[in-house]
Amino acid sequence: MLEITEGSHAVAEAVRLSRPQVISAYPITPQTHIVEALAEFVANGLLDAEYITVENELSALSACVGASAAGSRAYSATTSQGLALMFEVCFNAAGMRLPIIMSIANRAMGAPLSIWNDQQDSISLRDSGWLQFYAEDNQEATDLHYIAYRVAEDPSVLLPAFVCFDGFILSHTYEPVDMLTQQEVDRYLPEFNPAERLDMKDPISFGMYATPEYYLEFRYEMDLAQKKAKDVIAKAGREFGSLFGRDYSALVEGYCLDDADTAIVAMGSICGTIKDAIDEMRKDGKKVGLLKIRVFRPFPSDEIAKILAGKKRVAVLDKNISLGAKGATVLEVRDALYGSGIPVKGYVLGLGGRDVRKRDIKEIVSLVENGKGDQFYGLRKEVL
Amino acid sequence: MALAAGCRARPGKSRDNRTGSWRVFKPFFNHETCSKCGMCVTLCPEGCVHEDPSGAGTFEPDYVYCKGCGICAAECPKEAITMKQEEK
Amino acid sequence: MSDAICELFDCGHRACGGCGAALAARLATTAAGPNTIVVSSTGCMEVFSTPYPETAWKVPWIHSLFENASAVASGIDAAIKKQGRKEKIVIMAGDGATFDIGMICISGAFERGHDFTYICYDNEAYMNTGIQRSGATPYDASTTTSPAGSQSFGNKRPKKDMPAILAAHGAPYVATASIAYPADFKQKVERAINTPGPCYVQVHAPCCTGWGFEGDQTIAIAKLALETGLWTNFEMVEGNVTKVKKVVRKPVEEYLKTQKRFRHLFKPRRQDAEIAAIQAIADRNAEKYGIDIKLKKP
Repeated sequence: MLEITEGSHAVAEAVRLSRPQVISAYPITPQTHIVEALAEFVANGLLDAEYITVENELSALSACVGASAAGSRAYSATTSQGLALMFEVCFNAAGMRLPIIMSIANRAMGAPLSIWNDQQDSISLRDSGWLQFYAEDNQEATDLHYIAYRVAEDPSVLLPAFVCFDGFILSHTYEPVDMLTQQEVDRYLPEFNPAERLDMKDPISFGMYATPEYYLEFRYEMDLAQKKAKDVIAKAGREFGSLFGRDYSALVEGYCLDDADTAIVAMGSICGTIKDAIDEMRKDGKKVGLLKIRVFRPFPSDEIAKILAGKKRVAVLDKNISLGAKGATVLEVRDALYGSGIPVKGYVLGLGGRDVRKRDIKEIVSLVENGKGDQFYGLRKEVL
Repeated sequence: MALAAGCRARPGKSRDNRTGSWRVFKPFFNHETCSKCGMCVTLCPEGCVHEDPSGAGTFEPDYVYCKGCGICAAECPKEAITMKQEEK
Repeated sequence: MSDAICELFDCGHRACGGCGAALAARLATTAAGPNTIVVSSTGCMEVFSTPYPETAWKVPWIHSLFENASAVASGIDAAIKKQGRKEKIVIMAGDGATFDIGMICISGAFERGHDFTYICYDNEAYMNTGIQRSGATPYDASTTTSPAGSQSFGNKRPKKDMPAILAAHGAPYVATASIAYPADFKQKVERAINTPGPCYVQVHAPCCTGWGFEGDQTIAIAKLALETGLWTNFEMVEGNVTKVKKVVRKPVEEYLKTQKRFRHLFKPRRQDAEIAAIQAIADRNAEKYGIDIKLKKP
């Protein structure tokens, strides 16, 4: 049913419909509306879950670890500083192969303190083993939660997942969203029924330590699970499409890409702005297209190489930077296109909530056409 | 043996580690002096002191796992346990 | 045999011979029984019991990180409630995990009132990493990060009073115990498990490797700790101290001289002022908890 709703509330509703048994919540801007909405659902009997108001984010994810290991579907949400505080728990949850889902309302990392959007937070955990989904709009932010649970809980995956959506830009914006019914979600998302759990009927030790004889192989198998996830995402996304009309089988999606000379690569809400800019540039005869990355982990290397083959140039936008090096996406896209001879340039922009407009996209296209790139875009010279 | 995803295991495998090989001193239990109080069973950090098979109600250590720490000998109220350097 | 140990903590673990913590694990799992989920923090007990694929635990068991056992237990508590299951949750954590790095998680979990029993095996330092000082290290104990030297008598601070801190959080039952009194320890664990809400049992578990004594002396030294008043066994029910173990007190020197970690108080020179300061700590404990058996004058 189509509703005009705030991004946070749409996400909260998707979580409610996913029937988590345990929710742990610590507030942090701009995720607070999600955890508040969930608390209200529980208080009004609309969500039958245990809701733990933890005392910090590291405990938030740790409680999910305990709940998931005990066999309950678990959920939390965070961003930025909170995600950083649970850094070691993220590695731990992935290594323990617990299919926890966390919403990330992407926000810049301090210092300097910033409550506004960029993608540094979740990007900085790209090594952790968590699957990473990035939403373009509130519809995707909503749908991706059901898909994330489906994929994460698949026995051939069993890895936790971030569902990322830009803080404020999506979380606090009202958009029309088609909300599924409980019956529809129940049909798509089965009950969480792990083969192994903490249970006196079958005692198992979870989270043992691994000596050098075993550690490498454990990490290899996690990497294999990430790679298997591509097929599981394709299947789960296709089934979603056949049931509800929105297909999520592709890890990357092209817009006006087939005949494009210049490809822009980006993730998240910026894709909406890019699509509008492309429509205008196309009217002016420019052959520009967008490659939207919806799944960042596992990284769709082969898919990118295939879909960008033959392009004249590629501009990669990063709302993050590995200080002292480059944005994360441009480095991985370059790696995917290695050997193709296609020039790839990176642009770091939009950090800390700096607005990105259609004219910025057009200017970046000009820059890449002139072979200029691998730079911060949009610096205010008067401030420097 | 396939790797258990998540680094997990079911009970039993610790018994593969035969800690009796650590011993320098070995405990010897005198069944005549023993008063059957069971303190040796209670206080052994390994849990490897058991009722001896004779059915007399006295006890014996499981030398496969006994590390020879000597707590049983030190705590036996009847001094019925003596530690002797092990001949290897 | 009525006192038979039910072995839920198996042989083949890698604890040092004479390990106090290993004994604590055996006694605690016996008291808890098979209907238990154990949550361990990183530390000696976790490490000597679970090198993949060898596990000594015959109950469901989970280890996540160093500081977060209480938070993990909170999540298990919620899951069990939701699933309508009846297992009891027991946390087993060392003093480092409990007094120091785990403070935030413990405080939150106790404040929220989850239903679990928290057993801290107190060997008075970070033993697994090689004997470093923790908030539970006693005054003047030498550890690798509070070493005795020409300018130092060792650890400069007294033990943090964790039982009082957790009683202040509203824990319905708090107890201190010692492996020297195994029946008492097991009783306290049973009581904690059967008391709804977050309960705490702190069990003294001397460490031969870290404190510097022969492995067969573990129980004897644990007894001396109580007999000198440097460790006290008591219960706190709804914050009120009850059932204190009374002793005929021995001078602290009898305890201190048995351990290498206090050797600097005697060699190369006797440090009378320091020994007196430690005696004062014992005297204060005795006064506070009323541990002295008053002998009738002949």
